[in-house]
Amino acid sequence: MKLMWFHLMPYTELPEDFNRKHPSVWVDIHSSLFDPRRAHHMYNDFMDELEYAAELGYDAICVNEHHSNGYGLMPSPNLIASSLARRTTDTALCVMGNSLALYNPPTRVAEEFAMIDCISGGRLIAGFPVGSPMDTCYAYGQNPSLLRERYLEAHDLVKRAWTEKDTFAFNGRYNQQRYVNIWPRPIQNEPHPPIWIPGGGSVETWRWCAEMDYVYCYLSYYGYKAGLATMQGFWNEMEKLGKDRNPYRAGFLQFVGVAESRQQALDLYTEPAEYFYGRCLHVDARFATPPGYTTEATQRAGIQSMVSKAANTASYSSKLSMKATNMKDIVDGGYVIVGSPDEVVEQIRNVATSLNVGHLMLLLQYGNMSKDTTKYNTRLFAEKVMPKVKDLFGEWEDKWWPKPMAKGQRAAVPPFRPQTVAAE
Amino acid sequence: MSQPVTTTIDVNGHSCRIWTKGSGPKLGFLAGLGGLPRWLPFLDRLAEGRTVIAPSLPGYPGATGHTELDTHLDWILAVRQLVDGAGLSGADLVGASVGGAFAAEMAAIFPGQVRRLALIAPFGLFDDKEPAADPWAQRKDVLPGLLCADAANWNELVAPPEGANSVEWPIEMTRASEAAARAFWPLGNTRLEKRLRLISAPTLILWGDRDALLPPSYAVKFAEGINKGNNGATRVETVGNAGHLAYLDQPDAVAKAVLGHFA
Repeated sequence: MKLMWFHLMPYTELPEDFNRKHPSVWVDIHSSLFDPRRAHHMYNDFMDELEYAAELGYDAICVNEHHSNGYGLMPSPNLIASSLARRTTDTALCVMGNSLALYNPPTRVAEEFAMIDCISGGRLIAGFPVGSPMDTCYAYGQNPSLLRERYLEAHDLVKRAWTEKDTFAFNGRYNQQRYVNIWPRPIQNEPHPPIWIPGGGSVETWRWCAEMDYVYCYLSYYGYKAGLATMQGFWNEMEKLGKDRNPYRAGFLQFVGVAESRQQALDLYTEPAEYFYGRCLHVDARFATPPGYTTEATQRAGIQSMVSKAANTASYSSKLSMKATNMKDIVDGGYVIVGSPDEVVEQIRNVATSLNVGHLMLLLQYGNMSKDTTKYNTRLFAEKVMPKVKDLFGEWEDKWWPKPMAKGQRAAVPPFRPQTVAAE
Repeated sequence: MSQPVTTTIDVNGHSCRIWTKGSGPKLGFLAGLGGLPRWLPFLDRLAEGRTVIAPSLPGYPGATGHTELDTHLDWILAVRQLVDGAGLSGADLVGASVGGAFAAEMAAIFPGQVRRLALIAPFGLFDDKEPAADPWAQRKDVLPGLLCADAANWNELVAPPEGANSVEWPIEMTRASEAAARAFWPLGNTRLEKRLRLISAPTLILWGDRDALLPPSYAVKFAEGINKGNNGATRVETVGNAGHLAYLDQPDAVAKAVLGHFA
């Protein structure tokens, strides 16, 4: 299986009384809480952590896009990914992803992803999320009634921009462009970089991923227990469509905290986990359900099967209402897997096999976790957990993984040397 | 309260409901946010002396087809087809809230279509100094009080009637909100300001004094915009103890003002 290291880049210094004094971590979070000089250190710590994960042999490092968000400081994940392309060598770069409807023209995504693919020597995984209501409809003012149509059309435009050999005119419902002809073009051109789709639990998305042969990713913050119904729904749908159970058709996000013992893990990770589930997910419910964002088919499924978790977890309002914020409930709910290396191994194997997920995206930094603790968590997982879970799904081929240039053909990137060191 | 006669017309291949009741000269009504999930006491007051014709705009209760409409021009042409198809050419027209913005467009762009115009807290403008509230970013318990002075009046409008389909009813209510968002997201500003001066029909502007969504001061902006043209007959009236959907809070007072203007 693939073990991927994911960073959300949360602002780590939201005040203790944040939830009492502020209505939302997202959309209208107050500017006075943001100290750019502190953010300088946060960004550099976070990028160090991503590079460290690459050094330790994680299969991919992952970044994503959020706007006006106190737990996600990456309005442009492409900026981070381009830096990582220069500071890593073999790790896949998973940009999870660019919310296609937010780019005008969406050709921009085709270009920037092609740049990252060229700079990295073909290591890009191209994630195309619709984007959350908070990011797309509120922070970026997109019309919720048009968002999905615009997203699907933008997807068509990006894919054509990557694959068509000649300059073409794009005559879309929302985008018209006389001359589409991107330079640069992606290294991965047979036919294009792997496309992964993070989505909620809607049947439409599952069918679309199957039809297009894309990886479906369920990126919930609520762990494997809450994700089980969704992933079962996904696999049931694949079976109906006559697709095989190749676990690499799927990706799943899981928080983990590993230490020498379970008690030590609880001691280390309680504060950052409670910071994340308390302060970082303190989102004002008024930003959860812009009308039209959720399709009528999904609404119908949600109303008709109140017992079906797959449908319920598809809506942001129900996600927000889950909300356990103390460590006991967080761990009992499976949001965060904690324990000694062997305990974590057992749980990871259980998660991967019960959800049948070949791409496990790990959040090993969350909330206000310090760089030291993050590196400890990352290293211990890499040394003591990874070797005991890597063998899973060895019988399956991952057809959705980047195909970079051969190592010997890639540019040698000189090691970074700050001037003070170089002068010595 | 007897029920209106229901007919439908086709707009872009989608069925749109027309409700008709009363007798006398025709009077059209384009409803506000939420549309017309049920017939209203306000419309009964109007129907006492007039033939009230209320077409449902695409996506609002009784009508589909909002997803065909991508641009403001698409919307205006759909409303024009509805107004024509409902037999309202040249009739008096009342529009409220989101429907008010379209009623104003009809009078501005197709001056022969509208004899006299009444606007109840219409959408279409946005003033940075007095920003309108966001109807699409409200908690469920807050929204009713934003739309009506008495929250119960909104709750009564959207409550499922006896025998309603428990799955489809809430989806229809959400669809009405989506239809409004599709045309007016994110600020409610359709640049109507540029066209107000083209309105030549004598116009009455009504605004609830407790409108928590669109500031009552917007009434003056509408009147000033219309009066930049050749329309010397624009009047503004405030409706006491009424919110954004003043026709739900004060049906008698709003009907009386409208009928007086159309007399």
